[in-house]
Amino acid sequence: MSARENVSANFDRPLLLMYLALMFMGWANIYSAAYDPEHASIFDQSKEYGKQAVWMGISLTLGGAILLVRGHIFRDWANGIYAFVLLLLALVLVIGKEVNGAKAWFGVGSFGIQPAEFAKYATALALTRYLSGLKALIDFRSRAISTAIILAPVALIMLQPDTGTALVSGAFILVLYREGLSGNILLLGILAAFLAILSLILKESFFDLPFTDKQLSGPMFLLLVIAIIGALAWFAARNLVVKRLRRRIHAYIILGVLASAGCIGSIDYAFEKVLAQHQRDRILVMLGQMDDPQGIGYNVKQSQTAIGSGGFSGKGYLDGTLTKFKYVPMQSTDFIFCTVGEEWGFLGTAFVVILFTVLILRIIQISDRQRSKFTRIYAYCVASIFFLHLTINVGMAIGLAPVIGIPLPFFSYGGSSMIGFTLLLGTLVRLDAERLSQLR
Amino acid sequence: MNFEGRKYVLIAAVLAIAFIFILRLFWIQVVDDKWKASAASMAERKITDYPARGFIYDRKGRLLVANTPVYDVMMVPREVKSFDTTAFAQLIGVPLPELHQRMIDARKYSLYKPSVIEKQIPAGQYAAISVHLHKYPGFYGQSRTLRTYPPRVAAHLLGYLSEVSPAKVAADPYYKSGDVVGVGGLEQYYEDVLRGRRGSRYVLVDVHNNIKGSFKEGRYDTLAVEGKDLFTGIDIDMQRLGEQLMRNKKGSIVALDPRTGEVLCLVSSPTYDPELLVGRVRNTNYGILQNDPIKPLFDRALQAQYPPGSIFKIAQSLIALDEGVIKVNTSFPCIKSLVGCHAHPTATSIEQAIQFSCNPYYYRVFERMVEQNLDKKSRFRDAALGLAEWERRMKSFGLGEKPRMDLPSLKGGNIPGPAYYDRKYGKERWAFSTIYSVSIGQGEVLTVPIQMANLAAIFANKGWYYDPHVVRAIGEADSVQARYREKHVVEVAPHWFDHIQEGMRRVVHEAGGTARQARIPGITVCGKTGTAENPHGQDHAVFICFAPMEDPKIAMAVYVENSGFGGTWAAPIASLLMEQYLTDTITRPDVMKRMLEADLIEAEKHFVKKPKKQRQRR
Repeated sequence: MSARENVSANFDRPLLLMYLALMFMGWANIYSAAYDPEHASIFDQSKEYGKQAVWMGISLTLGGAILLVRGHIFRDWANGIYAFVLLLLALVLVIGKEVNGAKAWFGVGSFGIQPAEFAKYATALALTRYLSGLKALIDFRSRAISTAIILAPVALIMLQPDTGTALVSGAFILVLYREGLSGNILLLGILAAFLAILSLILKESFFDLPFTDKQLSGPMFLLLVIAIIGALAWFAARNLVVKRLRRRIHAYIILGVLASAGCIGSIDYAFEKVLAQHQRDRILVMLGQMDDPQGIGYNVKQSQTAIGSGGFSGKGYLDGTLTKFKYVPMQSTDFIFCTVGEEWGFLGTAFVVILFTVLILRIIQISDRQRSKFTRIYAYCVASIFFLHLTINVGMAIGLAPVIGIPLPFFSYGGSSMIGFTLLLGTLVRLDAERLSQLR
Repeated sequence: MNFEGRKYVLIAAVLAIAFIFILRLFWIQVVDDKWKASAASMAERKITDYPARGFIYDRKGRLLVANTPVYDVMMVPREVKSFDTTAFAQLIGVPLPELHQRMIDARKYSLYKPSVIEKQIPAGQYAAISVHLHKYPGFYGQSRTLRTYPPRVAAHLLGYLSEVSPAKVAADPYYKSGDVVGVGGLEQYYEDVLRGRRGSRYVLVDVHNNIKGSFKEGRYDTLAVEGKDLFTGIDIDMQRLGEQLMRNKKGSIVALDPRTGEVLCLVSSPTYDPELLVGRVRNTNYGILQNDPIKPLFDRALQAQYPPGSIFKIAQSLIALDEGVIKVNTSFPCIKSLVGCHAHPTATSIEQAIQFSCNPYYYRVFERMVEQNLDKKSRFRDAALGLAEWERRMKSFGLGEKPRMDLPSLKGGNIPGPAYYDRKYGKERWAFSTIYSVSIGQGEVLTVPIQMANLAAIFANKGWYYDPHVVRAIGEADSVQARYREKHVVEVAPHWFDHIQEGMRRVVHEAGGTARQARIPGITVCGKTGTAENPHGQDHAVFICFAPMEDPKIAMAVYVENSGFGGTWAAPIASLLMEQYLTDTITRPDVMKRMLEADLIEAEKHFVKKPKKQRQRR
């Protein structure tokens, strides 16, 4: 018996089991979050849990179907799928249904499809295909092309506008890094982010300049501190570093100070000019710069209250109060984690976080065992996407990340994301199952 | 190039995030309690169920106090849609600017929680409002109860309800700001019994303040306990008649059933309509009553302390007889140089002494009680010993200490004993000559009307009494409060009372008696008039009595202030009341008419004070 015929025996059982577990746990929590005693049946189509059952059915069918598709087809069709999704994203801007100010939906009866949720799948396939053809991601051309592959759907999604979903593409930076993007870029990115946060935190504060009667604004103060650090570093280098390297170090110091200044300046500009008011507010609330529980911080405060009130072992299934009585906004979609927290307590939340962690680690492990470069990179894409969703969704529910509306995979109510994540995972399972028959 | 090692960056990031999240979750869910409290304050509401306050009945089962529904118009600002405020203001009878202000205040308080827009609209008025209320979304009526007094009598006795004071809220955790509490009278004394116990339910509400069900299946709920009814010994007919007879007079009437100690009527005049202190009008009316110069809020029956005057002589006679210092037929000449007296034949027996109310006679009697030669060396020590025994016996009549009665704000009067005079003059610095005015119920002796009525009950019973009380039974009409089943026996042998009763009978029924006006056709009445000295004006008239002599069913004390002699006003009023109580009829409409029409308050204004007579001393 050839390995090729034995493909179904090689489906990764732990992954499939975790997939089903997460999906049914999510369903149970949606049932609780949207529970209505007059429509107690979990299949009641007038309620979110009933609709979610339909989406689960569709997802399971699609997932089953995708397991039957030969692996090379994903690779061959990757660009086609990518192009098709780009087309859908363009189309939705024209004929889409506007919900909450974003043209993001194709309406089909009472069910809606959100093409942006498939963008990550399409991008993952296209990016993987491109990267798997390269030796390494070191030249400018390859960097430019991969960036373009990532940014094209992002641009279209931003037009809807749906910043949250667009942000998910940030996950692909991890993939690029893994495939050879200079670590310095990542490091600089983190540094820039750090500076950005600092300058936002200091934005509203003023500092007295010693020996004068002048006041400095927060960002100016930050610049001054950086300049002083730079000057100190300059003299330190002159006295401590061997002459041979001194020139280069000095260049780095000047560049670093200038880049920091530019970063602080552009952050200020981007914050004021590019972001919308509600996005600015959310970021300020997350940074603790704005405390207004009845307004902007409402979501975060309510969701933390719901989770915090769950205690160690929770209030019991269907016994949540804040999540059931609409104190938590978007309690069955973006804030579904609150239901877990309130009804299952710390035991429940820790279990879910650990389950997701194990899922992501398992995907990374799968990635490592591939002989096929395509499958390896693809698996890494999937792991990165799940990681980002987990970080942002749970992070915002517990007040560690700004409120960015992206779903918790398999938990949050919504068909498009359910199908999107199923495709991501199903494709991975199929590709992985063929690892023995696949040539490098 | 090999970037194999870079996978550990992602693994490390995943593990770091997982670790941070779990740490954070542990913090907010297990360690930090503030979220639980704030969740509870958000979604759990305590709903208080106020039990109906108990009713108060008279001795024949007629209502003295009941509850009546009134309505508060409430507003939930979130549900209010724009409406014609002028029409609405007219409907609920609130001036437009006031309505606007109240709506602004309600909005400030909460958008979701109801606020009171107009308080305590009577049921009749509310009926007209309620039919239109549906046109104003966000407004609704909420029923509450107020006290109502169907017979409109006995205001002092019953007390009233008032909003609880901040001091009371601080002292008693049961009360919350805005609660009502009984003030004065039975409402105050039986507050705990009448109010019942309020219950509370915990419910879950959603973000729009809609009730979504009980919290934990009502595990923490407590049921409201209904207030208990009070069954009093008051006779509404008699109470009303008493208040009518005392109209335009200052004074008080206390009537007791000597067999049980139950209060039959307790009148303090001037009185007021108890409905004046109910609901919205209470504060205004209270101010008016409080500033009224005739002091209608002052309960004379329980708080006014007067010298007992001649009535005290009966108690003096009893103690003297029991101590053996006089005999039934002891005679003293009426020597007016000892103490002033009026013209009468010499009293040759104790009965006559009572009948004539001879002052010098009792001067002698009291002298014998105080100076018993127990200490032969010092008349000062001797007086102290004699007076100590006298005080003990006198106090057994329920005098000199607060009555053990079921009403608040009681006064006890004063029976001066050796300790009192030691305090006043110093030890061994006083003797009989210092205190002789006590002999005729003047001087430092003070009694309150309720004690005098009880004294009449003791004379009627020949030496025993139950503590006077208003409420016979709590909750069930047939029971009797245990503490009022305890019989008190005075320190005088029963057979001495026969002579006293005979003396009191003569006061009413024989020629020369001071209270011939108290006669009731067909009933033997025993009585004794008295005059309480009033340093500020004309003396107060007192009359105590009981009837029928053979089987006493009623004992009473009547005080009419500034009316001079007890026989003129107090005795006829007492006789009318006793007749009403014993026979349910009034056979002397002429007396009735004269009593009803008398306006002693008006007369008092024209009274010119006589220069005070210098009391004659030995």
